[in-house]
Amino acid sequence: MLHGMTAIYTREILLLRRRLPKQIPSWSVSPLLYLIAFGYAMGREVMVDGQPYMTFLIPGLVAMSSMTQAFAIASEINVARFYWHIFEEFQAAPISNLSYVLGEVMAGVTRAILSVLVILLLGALFGVTLSLNPYFWLAVILNAFVFASLAVALAMLVKSHADQSMLTSFIITPMAFLGGTFFPIAKLPIWAQKILYFLPLTHAATAIRSAALNLRVEWMSYGILLIIGMVFFYIAVFCVEKAKD
Amino acid sequence: MIKIDKLTKNYATLEALKAVSLHIPKGELFAYLGPNGAGKTTTIRMLTGLTRPTSGTAFLNSYDIRKDVLSAKQQYGLVPQAVNLDQELTVSENLKIHGRLYRMTRKNIQNRMSDILSYVELSDYTDALVRTLSGGMKRRLMIARALMHEPAILFLDEPTVGLDANIRRKVWALIKKIQQSGTTIFLTTHYIEEAEFLAHRVAFLAKGSIVTMDTPRNLIDRQGKWAIDRISGDTLDTLYFASRKEAENFNANGDVQYTLRRVNLEDAFIAMTGKKTEPAAEFTSAPPSHHGSHKGHSAHGSHGGHGSQSVHGRHKTH
Ligand SMILES: Nc1ncnc2c1ncn2[C@@H]1O[C@H](COP(=O)(O)OP(=O)(O)O)[C@@H](O)[C@H]1O
Ligand SMILES: [Mg+2]
Repeated sequence: MLHGMTAIYTREILLLRRRLPKQIPSWSVSPLLYLIAFGYAMGREVMVDGQPYMTFLIPGLVAMSSMTQAFAIASEINVARFYWHIFEEFQAAPISNLSYVLGEVMAGVTRAILSVLVILLLGALFGVTLSLNPYFWLAVILNAFVFASLAVALAMLVKSHADQSMLTSFIITPMAFLGGTFFPIAKLPIWAQKILYFLPLTHAATAIRSAALNLRVEWMSYGILLIIGMVFFYIAVFCVEKAKD
Repeated sequence: MIKIDKLTKNYATLEALKAVSLHIPKGELFAYLGPNGAGKTTTIRMLTGLTRPTSGTAFLNSYDIRKDVLSAKQQYGLVPQAVNLDQELTVSENLKIHGRLYRMTRKNIQNRMSDILSYVELSDYTDALVRTLSGGMKRRLMIARALMHEPAILFLDEPTVGLDANIRRKVWALIKKIQQSGTTIFLTTHYIEEAEFLAHRVAFLAKGSIVTMDTPRNLIDRQGKWAIDRISGDTLDTLYFASRKEAENFNANGDVQYTLRRVNLEDAFIAMTGKKTEPAAEFTSAPPSHHGSHKGHSAHGSHGGHGSQSVHGRHKTH
């Protein structure tokens, strides 16, 4: 089983490495804009949840970026499938669906971690240093696991690359803005909070922020992320089989 | 060894493949010849696990493609119809990833890679990005990749489609070489010359069914040995004869424009399936001809049509 996973993972990493000179700037642009627009321009006096806004914002950006970058493997898979037809090479190979999904999900998690490193570096430039303890990284990895698994599942279900970008605008973009990244959801009406409670990113932002600011460990959020991640992962393995016509 | 047992595929109401059964012994080069849409790719996709059969199954070296999926997949290499290389990676990276997919060790991959690249004459391009290669080189790389794990069976889906004539011959030579090394080859094509040149046995496939199956020689001989293409007005029809003498005797009193030639596989194909393999043949303008009455009858039936791609033998005019 391991050989299939490493083959898939190696391929994604080789491609990523070749594109890294373009990827790093693209990972920096939107966090940098948010930091300037929301963090810097609003001034250091604005306090949110007892923290300077910049300190509140950066863990939120970590949650957002690890989500979008893990989810971005969906578009890699789609290009490989619909444009280059490389997916056929994996379907014809003697590897299990499970090892295929594992390889892709690990690649998504790797992308997410690299993009988080870029944000941490930017944060440091703005004078914000976070506590990078194991709970922080565990929350980042769980968040990436959730969205990479979702990405593989959706990539198998869509019929074209256009469908794929539609899903991104309906699922990922709203979640990025509502999931507790830019403002504490406690400020919203109760009904809205209840809805947002079901979004995995809300839990990722909570877990990452608490860990990064050395507040209490939000075990409940870790548990919810793990369960959602496992469900998505299971669906992804099932969808790979479904992708055969 | 490939054994296909009543393999069937339906897409909604379309019967893309209708209960095809075949037995291809080890070392044979078997060609599936048919026009676009006949079901060639559908067959290969089912045999290689890319598409689920509606019913029936197949065995690759005795592994059932539906029950022993992973073992069956280990038996073959696949060169699909469309180029499916990683264009942004190098030649060697493409081969390494393939090797990993097939559980090869690092050392094994290194050794096999240099052997196989020299086999397909791509050694100088080991570190080139795939997107910089020509169409013919990409084809050869796809064949090299399919052979990386030394499979007993090779599936080639229209391996020379879109290639220039001289590059096509180079790929043919490579395919012959692979067959001579003992690999069983299942090839699909809509080029008649390709099947005639390469295959031990040919199956004519039309609308999801095998119309007939035999060696190219036998298929041709069933049709006759010599043919006369006659042009009268704007139609071209072909008459078949068992011997050259018979054909020449017939010509002796004809007064239309005609061409005497050997029968080829295309004649057999058209006679048996009622169609040409190319989706649209170009119209070749007929040479000026004398109109007049012509007597006689064909020995083995005839067919009409425009622009038949015949290989011309001796040209006789009156
Ligand atoms: N995924 C699919 N869905 C519906 N119809 C299909 C699909 N794939 C192939 N077909 C149809 O099945 C028939 C056989 O196709 P194919 O095997 O690709 O033919 P060939 O390779 O001989 O040109 C065609 O009529 C084609 O349109
Ligand atoms: Mg085809």
